[in-house]
Amino acid sequence: MSAPILSTHGLTKRFGGLLASDYLDFDVITGEVHAVIGPNGAGKTTLINQLIGELVPDGGRIEFEGRDITTLPSYRRSLLGLSRSYQITSVFPDFTALENVSLAAQAHDGHSFGLWRPVSREERLARPARAALEEVGLSTKNHTYAAELAHGEHRQLELAMALVSRPKVLLLDEPMAGMGRLESESMIKLLASLKRRYTIVLVEHDMDVVFALADRISVLVYGKTIACGSPSAIRASIEVKRAYLGERYASG
Amino acid sequence: MLLFPEAVSLRSPRVIAAALFILLLALVPPISDAIGESYYVTLVTRILIFGLAAAGLNLVLGYGGLVSFGHALYLGIGAYTVGILSFHGVSNGWIHLVVTIVLSALVSLLTGLVCMRTSGIAFIMITLAFAQMFYFLGISLKQYGGDDGLNIAQRSDFGPLISIQTNTGLYYFAFGVVATTLYLSWRFVHARFGRLLRGTKSNVRRMRVLGFPVLRYQVVAYVISGCLCGVAGLLLGNFAKFASPAYMYWTVSGDLIVMVILGGISTIMGPLVGAAVYVILETVLSGYTQHWMVILGPIIVFIALMANRGLYGLFLAREAPGSRNSVS
Amino acid sequence: MGGWALRRQAAHVGERRPDPAFFLLFGKSMTWNLLVIQALNGLQYGVLLFLLAAGLTLVLGVMNFVNLAHGSLYMLGAYIAAAVFARSNSFILAGLAAVLGTLLIGAIIERTTLRTFYARGHLDQVLATFGLILFFNEAVRIIWGQSPVYMAAPDAFSGTIDLLGSSYPSYRVLVIVVGLMMGGGLYLLIHHTRVGMLIRAGATNAQMVSVLGVDIQFLNTLLFGLGAAMAGLSGMMAAPIFAVQPGMGDNVLIAIIVVIVIGGIGSVRGAFYGALIVGVVDTVGRIYLPLLLRQVAERTIADAAGPALASMLIYLFMAVVLAVRPQGLFPARR
Repeated sequence: MSAPILSTHGLTKRFGGLLASDYLDFDVITGEVHAVIGPNGAGKTTLINQLIGELVPDGGRIEFEGRDITTLPSYRRSLLGLSRSYQITSVFPDFTALENVSLAAQAHDGHSFGLWRPVSREERLARPARAALEEVGLSTKNHTYAAELAHGEHRQLELAMALVSRPKVLLLDEPMAGMGRLESESMIKLLASLKRRYTIVLVEHDMDVVFALADRISVLVYGKTIACGSPSAIRASIEVKRAYLGERYASG
Repeated sequence: MLLFPEAVSLRSPRVIAAALFILLLALVPPISDAIGESYYVTLVTRILIFGLAAAGLNLVLGYGGLVSFGHALYLGIGAYTVGILSFHGVSNGWIHLVVTIVLSALVSLLTGLVCMRTSGIAFIMITLAFAQMFYFLGISLKQYGGDDGLNIAQRSDFGPLISIQTNTGLYYFAFGVVATTLYLSWRFVHARFGRLLRGTKSNVRRMRVLGFPVLRYQVVAYVISGCLCGVAGLLLGNFAKFASPAYMYWTVSGDLIVMVILGGISTIMGPLVGAAVYVILETVLSGYTQHWMVILGPIIVFIALMANRGLYGLFLAREAPGSRNSVS
Repeated sequence: MGGWALRRQAAHVGERRPDPAFFLLFGKSMTWNLLVIQALNGLQYGVLLFLLAAGLTLVLGVMNFVNLAHGSLYMLGAYIAAAVFARSNSFILAGLAAVLGTLLIGAIIERTTLRTFYARGHLDQVLATFGLILFFNEAVRIIWGQSPVYMAAPDAFSGTIDLLGSSYPSYRVLVIVVGLMMGGGLYLLIHHTRVGMLIRAGATNAQMVSVLGVDIQFLNTLLFGLGAAMAGLSGMMAAPIFAVQPGMGDNVLIAIIVVIVIGGIGSVRGAFYGALIVGVVDTVGRIYLPLLLRQVAERTIADAAGPALASMLIYLFMAVVLAVRPQGLFPARR
C-alpha cells in the first residue's frame, strides 16, 4: 500500500474541559473516498477544521505528502493542495456565482496585487470558474448573486469553489446538509462523478450516500476513531452498533 | 470602453448624477467668479480635501471592512510635512509630496503591522490610540508651534507649470488630485486587489482557506489608504497655510468615518458626496448657533441608524436591487 | 477650520504637564520624596482609570458593544457632582447624585438609543457613540460654559497626611482607598454572586447565557448601568483634582482604551493591573523620562524630545504588548 497522502497522529484538541479530538489517528490514501461518520458532537467538523488549519491542535501531528503541516497557516495548506467545503454555507453573498468561483481560482493564480486590469476580463480565471460551475450543474446561475441562490444551489456553489483549484485532497463537510430529496439526488450523482478523480474526505450523515460512495469509513465517537475499514466491515462491526444504538437510547 | 473597468451605461441615473456632480465641481471657480462670491471656491476646496481623505479611508473601511478610527493622523503628517519643510526653507512642492508619501507609508506600515495583529473591537480602539499618540506628539513639538500650530508662510511651489498660490490654482490642483484618485480607485476596486479586499470584508475566514495570504494585502491596502490621506493633509496644510495638531485629533477621524458612511460605504463617489454634505451641513449649522454640535451629534446618531447604503448608495440600490452591497 | 482648532486646544487644558527643571533645582534630597509622591499620584490616577476601564471592558467583552461614550459618562459624573456640591456643599450628596445620575443617564441611553445597535456592526456602534460624545460635550458647554468648573475636596480631607516620610494630600489617599475598595467589591461581585457568574459566562460565551434562559436584555441594561455608575464615581472623585470642563472625557477615554488593550478585553483583572501600570508609567514617566534623557543626551535635544516621548510612553508600551501578546497581559479566562 502506498503511503497516505494525508494523515494525523495523536491529534488532540480541547475546548475547556471538552476533549473534541482524543489522540486521533486518521489517514487518507490517494484516490480514495474516505468517509467520516459518527454521532453529533463526535468531533468530525473539528477534525476538518484542524486538517485545513482553521483550528490549531493542542497536540499531535498532521502530515500532508510526507510533510509536517501541523502549524502551517490555512492559506499555505490550500496552496499545497488541500481544499474544503463548509457544512454551513460560507460563500460571498455580494458576488455572483461566477465571481465566487473566479475568486477561488484567483487564489491559486499567482499574486493578487493587480491594481489596474478589471478582474472580470481575466479569462484565465473565468475559464476554470465556468468549467467548475458547469461541472456542479450551476451554469445557468453564473451571473446570479450568491445571496439570491436557493439552498441547494449554495451547496453546489460551495463544491465548485472547492473544486476549481484542482485540489489534491478535498475535505467535504456535509455537502448535502439541509438538502431536500430532489436536490440530494443531483448532489449524489455529482459526488459519484468526483470519485476516482479526486481524493476525498467526506463527512456525512446520510448513510445511503456514505455506503454507496465510500472506499473506507472511519467512525468517530467522542473524538476517537472506534472503527475504520471497508463499508461491509463497518456494517458488521459490533463497536459501531453499540456506539449508534447506545447514542439512540441516550438521546431518548 | 477600455477606460472604464466596468460597463457604464449613459442612461443610468447614477452615472448621470455622478457626471453632473463632477462637472459642477469643475465649474465652481468660474461660477463663483460670475456671481462674485469667492467664498464658494474655498468652501468647495475644503470639500475636495476631505473628500480625498474620506476616499482614502473608504479603501480600507468601505471595501476592506477595517474600521480604522485613526486616519486623521495622516492629515497631520501631510500638513506638518509642508509646515516643517517650509519652516526650514524647503518650499518645493514635489519634495513636500514625496516626503509626505514616504512618511505616511512608513507610519501606516508600522502601525498597520501592529494593529493587524488584532481585529474587531481591539483594532478600532488601537487605531484610535495610535492616532492620538501622534496628536500628543504634535503638541509637544514646541519648536514647531506645539498646540498653537505652525504657520506656513507660503504655499508649496510646484514649479512654473502648476501654481497653487491662488485659491483658484489650489482648487484645480485639488480637483485634479481628487479626480485622478477616484479614477484610480475605480480601477483598483475592480481589479484583483480590489476584489480580494472586498472578499476579506465579507468572509475573511474563507479567504484564507481559499489560499489568500490576507494579512499582507490588508497591510498594503492600509498603506495606500494612509498615503492618500497624507496627500489630503498636504493639501490641507496648503489650503489653510497652517499646520496644527488639531488636524489629528480623534474627532476628525470620526468626521471622516461619518463622511464615508453618509455618502455610501464601498462606493467610489460616496466619500466625496459624503464630504460635501457633511461640510455643508457643518457650515449651515454653525451659521445658526455656536452650539451647532449639540445638533450635529444626534444627526450623526441618526445617520448611523438609517444610512445603510448612504446617499450615493441609494442610486446603486435602485440599479441592482439583488446585490446588497455592490461596488462603484 | 478655526472652530475645530479651538475645540481641540481647550480639551487638554486639564492635563498635568509638570516642568522637570523645577525638581532638578532642589537637588538630591528631594529625590526620594519625589519618587514617593509621583508613585502615589500614579496609583491614584491608575485607580481612577480602573473604575472607568472596568465598566468599559465588560461592555466590550460581554456585550461586544463599542461604547465610545463611556468618557462622556465620566464627564457627566464630574459635572453633576460639581453642580450638586456648589448648591449643597455636601461631598456625600454630590457623590450620591453623581453616581445615581450617571446610572440613570446610562440606563436611559442604553434602553432608548444604544439597544438598537447591538445587532449592528461595530462601525455603526462607533458612529452612534461618537455622535453621543459630540452631543454631551456641547450640552455641558451650553449648560455650564467652556471654563472649568471648580469643586473642592471635602473639608475632612483637605489636608495632608504623612506617608512613607512624605507629605501627601489626604484627598488623594481617599481616592486610592475608595478605588481599591471598589476593586475589591467588584471582585466579590464577579466571583461570588450569581449575577457575577452570569457576567463571567457572558464574557466568554454570550450566546450561551441567553440560551440558559436569562433575560439578556435586563442583564445588558444592568451591566451598562453598572459601568455608567462606576464612570460617574470616577468622574466625581476626579472633579476636585482635575479640571471639570467640556471634553474632559475624551483624553481619559483614550487612556482607558490603552488600559483595556494592555489588560485584555473583557477582563476586569486585566483592567485593574492595566490601569495601575498605565497610571504609574504615565505619571512617573512624564517626570523621569525627560530627566533621564538629560543625562544621556545633549540638553536641547533632551528638552525637545523628553516631553514628546513621555506623552507617547503609554502608547509605545501598548504597541509592545500588542506585538508580543495581542490578547492582552491578563486575558479573560473561562
